[in-house]
Amino acid sequence: MAGISLQNVVKNYGRLEVVHGINLEIDHNEFVVLVGPSGCGKSTTLRMIAGLEDISDGDISIGDRVVNDLPPRKRNVSMVFQNYALYPHMNVRENLGFGLKIAGQSKEAVEQRVQEAADILGLSELLERIPAELSGGQRQRVAMGRAIVRHPEAFLFDEPLSNLDAKLRVQMRTEIKKLHNKVRTTVVYVTHDQVEAMTLADRIVVMKDGYIEQVGTPMEVFNHPVNTFVASFIGSPPMNLIPATITSGQVEFRDATKIPVPSRLAGSVSDGQEVIFGIRPDDLTPIGHGIHEARETTDIDLTVDLAELLGTETLLYTTFVGQEVQGKMFDPRDVTPGETLTFRLSLDKAHIFDAASGQSVRRH
Amino acid sequence: MNREMKKRLRAAGLWVTTFVLMVIMCVPGLWVVLSAFRPNREILAKPPIWVPEDLTLNNFGKIFGFGAEQVAIPVLSYFWNSMVIALTSTVIALIIGMAGGYAFARFRFRFKNAWFLGLMLFRAVPGIALSLPVFMLWSRLGLIDTQMGLIIVYVSLNVPFTIWLIDGFFRQIPMSLSEAAQVDGCTRWQAFWKIEFPLARSGIAAAGVFAFLTSWNEFALASQLTRSTDSKTLPVGLMDFTAQFTIDWAGMCAMAVIIIVPALILTFLVQKHLIAGLTFGGVKG
Ligand SMILES: Nc1ncnc2c1ncn2[C@@H]1O[C@H](COP(=O)(O)OP(=O)(O)O)[C@@H](O)[C@H]1O
Ligand SMILES: [Mg+2]
Repeated sequence: MAGISLQNVVKNYGRLEVVHGINLEIDHNEFVVLVGPSGCGKSTTLRMIAGLEDISDGDISIGDRVVNDLPPRKRNVSMVFQNYALYPHMNVRENLGFGLKIAGQSKEAVEQRVQEAADILGLSELLERIPAELSGGQRQRVAMGRAIVRHPEAFLFDEPLSNLDAKLRVQMRTEIKKLHNKVRTTVVYVTHDQVEAMTLADRIVVMKDGYIEQVGTPMEVFNHPVNTFVASFIGSPPMNLIPATITSGQVEFRDATKIPVPSRLAGSVSDGQEVIFGIRPDDLTPIGHGIHEARETTDIDLTVDLAELLGTETLLYTTFVGQEVQGKMFDPRDVTPGETLTFRLSLDKAHIFDAASGQSVRRH
Repeated sequence: MNREMKKRLRAAGLWVTTFVLMVIMCVPGLWVVLSAFRPNREILAKPPIWVPEDLTLNNFGKIFGFGAEQVAIPVLSYFWNSMVIALTSTVIALIIGMAGGYAFARFRFRFKNAWFLGLMLFRAVPGIALSLPVFMLWSRLGLIDTQMGLIIVYVSLNVPFTIWLIDGFFRQIPMSLSEAAQVDGCTRWQAFWKIEFPLARSGIAAAGVFAFLTSWNEFALASQLTRSTDSKTLPVGLMDFTAQFTIDWAGMCAMAVIIIVPALILTFLVQKHLIAGLTFGGVKG
């Protein structure tokens, strides 16, 4: 049983602190995705778990061992690097077997484990090739193979798909998920792509500037973002965030438009409070073109500046209170720019954040 | 058809140019080799005799002390000195070059750029300019006319270059390879020997050939710092053929051949490592 636990983990580079005392409990066999914009400290965190970076303060445990001072080789984890880091002078077989050979396993044992990993990943035909003779997707697969042969306690992935083209990325994403179902092991996966995070994770850890902003299942993070950063980072297109004031139980926007405070949040806001009103494009749909039956709605008229056809839906760009606001039209009809439509806003899906702190007003 | 002709003409032109350049580069060397097998009288003949009439091994015989004519030159001692000095200084320069090159490529430390620049500037000083101070220092230290004295000089001449060249090769190897190996179970030391060293091998071989040839061929400093068979190297030994009024060209050429051959053999042996055949395909998308 090997979960991973981070307690008040800090990382300094000289005077510069890049990870500020983060806490995280990862369960045995859980697939956890660290997601956040570039430079937020995801790789640093992962590399601290791997032992490739010293930790400046705090504790990291894998299973029930504190590994703070253990070198990478003693942590029994394996890692897939962004650039794959295959050994260029070894063929696929040697790449896969390298770790086992170093560990002093017998030739037969190495051979058997390599074959097993090669079968799982469909690499059997490629065993004699060197990395330079492989395509991007195949290299990716070898890198994963090298990670699984050793039956480690945890897999660490650092943006493993970011060097692949879009189509292959989607395909490999599915394979990684399947792989995790086959070889159930604890996984820590780093990406800046929120779609990857949503599709792969059992639990998402949203990071920003060296802090953890939110930890939760993909649905929790998507449906109940704790602050405006998570709200705008998770979900595509991003949530519309519009400044407003609470006046006599209503949300009043800067142009004096008023809509009701969603009933579930009514007890959480106070009169005169400056807030940010959040609504996803999916929940702002022209009447008759919504996707679900909302219990609590309000209607507003908006003029369409631009319509983007996506096939099953059309993305509508409008201007509201001087800022761009996006809505969606499901089961779309032709819309000409300049057309004014009545949009139905699903209040029970709306969010309210305190303007000063950026935190959701919803009590957790 | 016309186009085909042009193509052929161009190819022929290229071939001829290459040939002429090769001849210009090779003729002096070949002339030395040829002269090593000719008697002095034929070498010095006026007008010159282009096509050798009399090929002989006598020149080699006499320097090695066989045959009728004898020259009292201890070629074997010189050869031994040259070998010991060139090989030892090369090995040391390579070890320092690998350690230094790795450090420059992988670690951050204070004044890194200044160190590097300093090494390069040192390389810019002509060796002969150092000969007087080195001579004075060596005579105090008792290093004049010792193999050790020359070894130290050659190591310091070669180290800036070996560090620079090997640094460049290590720099091309992504850090993540060593990291992957460490996660795979290697110590840092194992990761170096199993992953980074094999990948930098062609650079290390190139640095080694260069260092060896520099030491093997060096004349200016060696002529100042050596006296006797204790430390005299082959290039310095060549001067033994110049007597007060005569120069034994034939003997000198024979000895030059003895100097050239090991250098050629070494270069041939190492050349397959010099071809950087490995691509870094394992790490790019
Ligand atoms: N070796 C280093 N020295 C100094 N700063 C570093 C070093 N490595 C990373 N950083 C800094 O730490 C921060 C986090 O980096 P990283 O973990 O790589 O971000 P991410 O993987 O989320 O994009 C960045 O601001 C980066 O500039
Ligand atoms: Mg990163």
